[in-house]
Amino acid sequence: MSDMSATHTEGHSHPGWQLYVTIAIILFALTAMEVGAYEIAERGMTGTFGTFVSQMVVEILLVLSAAKFALVAMFYMHLKQDHKLFSGLFVFPLLLAIFVVLVLFGLFFYNRGQNGIWNMPPWS
Amino acid sequence: MAHDAVLHPPTSTGLDNRKLAIWTFIGSECLFFATLISTYVVYKGQSLNGPYPHEDWTNPATGKVMERVFSIPLVTFGTAVLLFSSFFVVLALNGLQRGKQKQFIGWLSATVVCGLFFIGMQVYEFTHFVTEKGLGFTTNLFGSSFFTLTGFHGTHVSIGVLWLATLLYLGLRGKMGPEKALNLEIAALYWHFVDVVWIVIFPVVYLMK
Amino acid sequence: MSTAHESTGIKSWLTTVDHKRIGILYGASAFVFFLIGGLEALMIRWQLHAPEQTFLSPDKYNQLFTMHGTTMIFLGIMPLSAMFFNYMIPLQIGARDVAFPRLNAFSYWTFLLGGLLLNASFLFNAAPNAGWFGYANLTSKQYSPGLNTDFWVAGLQILGVASLAAAVNFTVTILNLRASGMKMLRLPVFTWMSLITQILLLLSFPIITVALIMLMYDRFFGTSFFSPGGGGDPLLWQHLFWLFGHPEVYILILPAFGIISEILPVFSRKPLFGYTAMVFSGCFIAFLGFGVWSHHMFAVGMGPVADTVFSLMTMLIAVPTGVKIFNWIGTVWGGSLQMKTPMYFALGFIAMFIIGGLSGVMHSVAPADLQQTDSYFVVAHFHYVMFGGSIFSLVAGGYYWWPKMFGRVLDETLGKVHFWMMLIGFNLTFFPMHFLGLNGMPRRVYTYAAGLGFETDNLIATIGAFTIASSFAVFLWNVIKTSRRPADAPADPWNGATLEWSIPSPPQHFNFAELPTVDSRDAWWAAKRKMGGFAPEPKHYPEDAVHMPNPSWWPLVTASGILIFFIGLILGVVVPVMLLGGAVLLTGIYRWAFEPAFS
Repeated sequence: MSDMSATHTEGHSHPGWQLYVTIAIILFALTAMEVGAYEIAERGMTGTFGTFVSQMVVEILLVLSAAKFALVAMFYMHLKQDHKLFSGLFVFPLLLAIFVVLVLFGLFFYNRGQNGIWNMPPWS
Repeated sequence: MAHDAVLHPPTSTGLDNRKLAIWTFIGSECLFFATLISTYVVYKGQSLNGPYPHEDWTNPATGKVMERVFSIPLVTFGTAVLLFSSFFVVLALNGLQRGKQKQFIGWLSATVVCGLFFIGMQVYEFTHFVTEKGLGFTTNLFGSSFFTLTGFHGTHVSIGVLWLATLLYLGLRGKMGPEKALNLEIAALYWHFVDVVWIVIFPVVYLMK
Repeated sequence: MSTAHESTGIKSWLTTVDHKRIGILYGASAFVFFLIGGLEALMIRWQLHAPEQTFLSPDKYNQLFTMHGTTMIFLGIMPLSAMFFNYMIPLQIGARDVAFPRLNAFSYWTFLLGGLLLNASFLFNAAPNAGWFGYANLTSKQYSPGLNTDFWVAGLQILGVASLAAAVNFTVTILNLRASGMKMLRLPVFTWMSLITQILLLLSFPIITVALIMLMYDRFFGTSFFSPGGGGDPLLWQHLFWLFGHPEVYILILPAFGIISEILPVFSRKPLFGYTAMVFSGCFIAFLGFGVWSHHMFAVGMGPVADTVFSLMTMLIAVPTGVKIFNWIGTVWGGSLQMKTPMYFALGFIAMFIIGGLSGVMHSVAPADLQQTDSYFVVAHFHYVMFGGSIFSLVAGGYYWWPKMFGRVLDETLGKVHFWMMLIGFNLTFFPMHFLGLNGMPRRVYTYAAGLGFETDNLIATIGAFTIASSFAVFLWNVIKTSRRPADAPADPWNGATLEWSIPSPPQHFNFAELPTVDSRDAWWAAKRKMGGFAPEPKHYPEDAVHMPNPSWWPLVTASGILIFFIGLILGVVVPVMLLGGAVLLTGIYRWAFEPAFS
């Protein structure tokens, strides 16, 4: 029960609604870029830009979604202004979650011989 | 009041117990969704038969061509709706904290509507997959892992909608003032997390081949 | 009930939100489940005391070893630890209760109902029978058509909810409800290890929750998450299970490490050696604990790269563990040893855990593990760390904290008899299993042929098991005998170092009338030094001196909703029952949310 806290406990000044609108616009733009990258790869666009995007589409999507993730977490969820403990409570499990996804991906695709230099059958 | 000081000593970190609790819970939920996403990723391309997400498939038994399943425009629209709902709930919280009831009620209503819309889109999408595209829960690994991952995300969205709608109801009954802003802040954190999970699911499931 | 006065009667226990009562509920329930698990073990050992016995059918045997493991881990060690988390953490940090008292009660009731559901399976002759680790695709509908695995899935899911709720509660409690001046590096080591345990719970349980959901979908709806026939991979189950399962074993041992780290200093009259190293090694063990899971899978064919990485990581985790052992020895070294029962069990823990750790390091060598895996060598290893480790420590904690909880000191002589019988019985049971394993006896077999050289060791093991059982009979007799004496134990019978010894035995329901202020580690030793080395018996205050949270029915109601939902699931996805469960759950949550915590 936080009757001590009235409006909020942190004692910082709230960002104005202008910041939130800006973030919303950026999020929308990033989403458009994600879909754009997908469509470029999908339609096999030619030219340097087209082929670059088509070959790097997975990486581009990961970077764009990470940026959206960070924006929502830092600004909408207030992690940037809040006490660092909240960031710790979120970031540590998040890193572990990313680790779990990557390691499982690695362990399963290793055994399918799809991974270049790791392309050894088990127990060879 | 002396009674209060004895009852509610200041917390060791200066942070509210309930806010600390929701972040702790959110951290745990990261692992929940990581496991669901890992399963989807591990089984990508491993289905024994179609229909498939991004390419058409000819059923060898019937000779029928089954179209690729995903409709990117629909899901993109739903993604945008969910993103905007995060924006709206931030405005609602802002309004509540400043004592601006109309702003609070208005933006919170918009959030709930967006949430309902997203759920509606998913229900439509799922139904369409089953009836028109021939992709059921047990049709193949893609169907199983897709419906499980997005189904649990949708369940989380539904719980969020229920939670926000309850606060909206209380607000309409005049029971939510700036001193209760933390209640909305905590619900909003949960809502943002649900949005952030979709920010990961959208590219990984729908946009990556 | 508008006052939070402690009252008697069943209703007061069903609606309690007092962490001390909840702790006792956990302890009593856990002890009963522990005895059930022990009975299951005795039946297993009787079946195996000689070759080709027919006491148990193969199917019954499978049920017993599955339930023995599941019971001892989830219904034995974990809730016994929870008893101490509940009772002692608020006292050690100088708080009046946990951060969320009703959530605390909810955790207990959910645990109890989950444990009862799991054991109710015996009534249907359908106890879980696919091992406590439920490997796919033995657990598929095709190979396990009965209700056994359904009970297992439902029971574990319910227990998972209980653990997660408690983990959120204790994390917030430890971070936020510390007494003034109690910085994190002044926390008692038991509280520190408990905090790390809660974080492990938060991060590992969601993984098994998802795995169980997918298994449930395979069984009820015909998906193929783990079925090769549909393209699924049984190894995915193993990875997900052990991603949970390995942190789980640290969940089982870290509280034990914490208890030992409390007892050794008090009974050596010396502060803990290397406090900071103890804290950081605990953190390091937990962190590394997420990187070793596939050492349970060395024989599945992951390939040389994976095997090597997991092998090295497993060896690495022995280092912080070793640091702890040396620090415990350093604590005792040169101390003024008070050889009382808690100290006997604590010293026994060190010796037994070292043996278990050594066999663990032997397992870490992947090529060697190819012979050891699935043999009795593994059974020896994990019983040395879980019984020799966790149980010895929990028993030590029981003797140590008994006076605080019940106002009576357990009888010393009977305590020592318990110790020697348990130590001897334990080693008779499990030491021969090292040899059985290295000589080739596999695990999970309901019998063995004569003439393979397994007879003597198995007979010794069975004699040991019955000796352990007898030692617990001595303990029970001690409890009964002590309960007949008046509850007149002093607040501080052992000259303790931590704050729980500064208040009466048992404490008043508000714990501290005035919240303490702390300025160092071992806060109670420091306070006694300031008082000239001795503290008088603490005052008793009027019961209504401090207003505490109201009791509540809603935690129990909410827990019941979860149980009803899962019963509907097991019965064959009976939707009306599941909907009823959901309705009860929602009602419970809403009424809870709108009920004021205080009157």
